[in-house]
Amino acid sequence: MELNAQDVVAWIEISNEYIQANKEYLTTLDQKIGDGDHGINMARGFQEAAAKIAEQNYTSGSDVLKDTAMTLMSKIGGASGPLFGTAFLKLSTAVKGHDPLDHETFTNGLEEAVNGIKQRGKATEGEKTLVDVWSQMVDHFKQEADFNADKIAEEAKAAMERTTDMTATKGRAAYFKERSVGHVDPGSASSYYIFQALADVIKKEGINHGLCWYRAHFPQS
Amino acid sequence: MAYVGIVLISHSPKIVDGTKDMIRQVIKDVPIETAGGTDENAVGTSIEKIQQAIDRANNGQGVLVFYDIGSAQMNAEMAAEMTEAVDVRIMEAPLVEGAYVAAVESGMAKNIKEVADAVTKAFS
Repeated sequence: MELNAQDVVAWIEISNEYIQANKEYLTTLDQKIGDGDHGINMARGFQEAAAKIAEQNYTSGSDVLKDTAMTLMSKIGGASGPLFGTAFLKLSTAVKGHDPLDHETFTNGLEEAVNGIKQRGKATEGEKTLVDVWSQMVDHFKQEADFNADKIAEEAKAAMERTTDMTATKGRAAYFKERSVGHVDPGSASSYYIFQALADVIKKEGINHGLCWYRAHFPQS
Repeated sequence: MAYVGIVLISHSPKIVDGTKDMIRQVIKDVPIETAGGTDENAVGTSIEKIQQAIDRANNGQGVLVFYDIGSAQMNAEMAAEMTEAVDVRIMEAPLVEGAYVAAVESGMAKNIKEVADAVTKAFS
């Protein structure tokens, strides 16, 4: 299957819905090991991004991702702004000129996004940051030949949960050292919602594709 | 006389305003611009504010940027990357003391490399 510009719009919109619905939870996570503003910041950033992309008629997924990136960078206000902003910007650049987006292009884009996050945050795997979810998703995408909604959601959730036992060495949580153990990393939780949203879009697309096939073969029904 | 400019970035506008006040007691002519807080002046940092501060502080001699913690560094890096045609250097030094040293050195009409080296040397 492939993702067209409208699917990418839906991805950002559904990500926003998850983040709005879990704003309090994200803030609670961040109060335990950070400065307690993650939920508020992400909610503000994604709200603005969803509003921004709702105004336009996109023909390219790359453009949707670019507008999302720029909005997140300027509106989030905390460290998540440059990090999530860089992720979407790198993804946007990597998939430019590929519409609709196929699995291979998306996988390459995701890898660029992870490299961008690592470079921007000077972080790597195992440091209790969003890298732990995004990097796991790259590994997963590389193993698959096509988008698999259930597995994307499953792998993202598992990757997020694995941050619970990690000790933070990057970001504000690093000041808390071993006190950071026992809590899910807030940036990883937000990343999980973003990939859960992607899985939702793919699932819906899958149903739409199925319906098209069904209607094409059984036009009278 | 054109001096090397200085930008102060903090999560809190009060921190950079206070730091600037302190330096201004001694150094009058060096451009010192602040980027404190988010666009709404809440606690946080803003790429746009940082970019604007860099533009204001620049008068052809380049700009040294000092920051406090966390996202301030990443946002400073992004703002510096987006600002073309200006020699912008993000300094690894304590915000208050680092900016103070830089202002004194810049006030002696030194170039950006000399000022940056003096700051680095003072805190290494």
